[in-house]
Amino acid sequence: MRAEVVKATVRALQEAETSLQAWVLQRIEEAAQRETNSIARSHLEFMLENVRIAERTRLPLCQDTGLPIFRVQMGRDLRLDFDLHEAVAEGVRVATECIPLRPNAVDPLTRKNSGNNTGPGMPDIILDMVDGAGLTLTAFPKGAGSENMSLVGMLNPADDPFDFILRTVAERAANACPPLFLGIGLGGTFDLAARLAKRALFNMPGSSPEELELLARVNRLGIGPMGLGGDCTALGVRIERSLCHTASLPVAINFQCWAHRSATEVIR
Amino acid sequence: MTEYHLKTPLCVADVDMLHAGDVVFLTGHIYTARDKAHALMRKSGSPVSLQGAALYHCGPLIKEGRVLSAGPTTSGRMARYTDEILSSGVRAVIGKGGVPGEPFRNRAVYLAFPGGCGAAAAMQLKVCGVHLQELGMAESMWDFVAKDFGPLIVAVDAHGGDLYRDVRASAQKTWKD
Repeated sequence: MRAEVVKATVRALQEAETSLQAWVLQRIEEAAQRETNSIARSHLEFMLENVRIAERTRLPLCQDTGLPIFRVQMGRDLRLDFDLHEAVAEGVRVATECIPLRPNAVDPLTRKNSGNNTGPGMPDIILDMVDGAGLTLTAFPKGAGSENMSLVGMLNPADDPFDFILRTVAERAANACPPLFLGIGLGGTFDLAARLAKRALFNMPGSSPEELELLARVNRLGIGPMGLGGDCTALGVRIERSLCHTASLPVAINFQCWAHRSATEVIR
Repeated sequence: MTEYHLKTPLCVADVDMLHAGDVVFLTGHIYTARDKAHALMRKSGSPVSLQGAALYHCGPLIKEGRVLSAGPTTSGRMARYTDEILSSGVRAVIGKGGVPGEPFRNRAVYLAFPGGCGAAAAMQLKVCGVHLQELGMAESMWDFVAKDFGPLIVAVDAHGGDLYRDVRASAQKTWKD
């Protein structure tokens, strides 16, 4: 089964790096049709053309092929006789060579590049236990442009979290390759809020009244594609929440660029 | 919004006729530089002449001398070097997200290539050479030959026009209301 995990990792990365899911493309197409700003509209159309080129050539749609982030949903009845993290890491190394991916992973202090996108802490695997005996692996390669703009705020419970989110988006969106998908983590602790925000990206898009209202408010900012102005600043908002301490209000915003890359492989 | 097809190296007259919102397609040599190349150039100068040059904030994906994906990286990280880069003769900085516009006045433009569009960019760029290769694939200074590289939006012009500044001011106002 280890070999299957390695292969599934390579396939998921190949798919995620060279195409976008149909619902993501549909959101960009709809935004292009609605857009009234001509620079913004031409940007959205160029983004769609870029995805078509990537799909045709099987080459990465963005040169920032990201850090290797994965969600693994593992059946409770499954027993693994190998190290899951090591198997996924091997898949990342193979994918780096054969897709190919840009080597992005460096030591935070020496800045020395590991050369194969793996090493201490990488890949990052977010593991969930589910019913059954299967294993589902989803690749979410995450680029730095949008990740760098992300933020955790430890707010005063008297603060309005949506004001904080809107102010942060107004200040930072232009550098995060809008139109954006915004993963919001509400509550929990300092680190849980950040993880909830990442999970919100996995569970994109949201459709609750709060999520839709926040999406509309973000789009009224007029930041537009690549920060050059326009009607479309975000394509989706998802909020994940957790209880928090009565004295706390953690809020995390994980920015995701327009190229919301992901692909899933199921191993039975 | 006027469309221009220009050749590098760029002269003062090229830069002078461009206004924020115009669209440019560039043909000729384009040099990539990001974090490490900028830091190194500050210390020991540029390995190539930057007179009239187009400098591209880009860390490309290259294999066997072929450009596979080469969209822009976030220019904001290199903002601290703008003044010295423009003083060395660069006439066009290409990137995404923008940098403060004041240093560009009367001498250069900032051109925005659509972020995330690395596959489309690769179709328009060929590797001519590479400098500072010891910095690794993403951080090397790649010498590309471009054919109609674009669309590049003039986001900051040499006359005080700055689309990012205008959009940011309007967004701040909306947020405060």
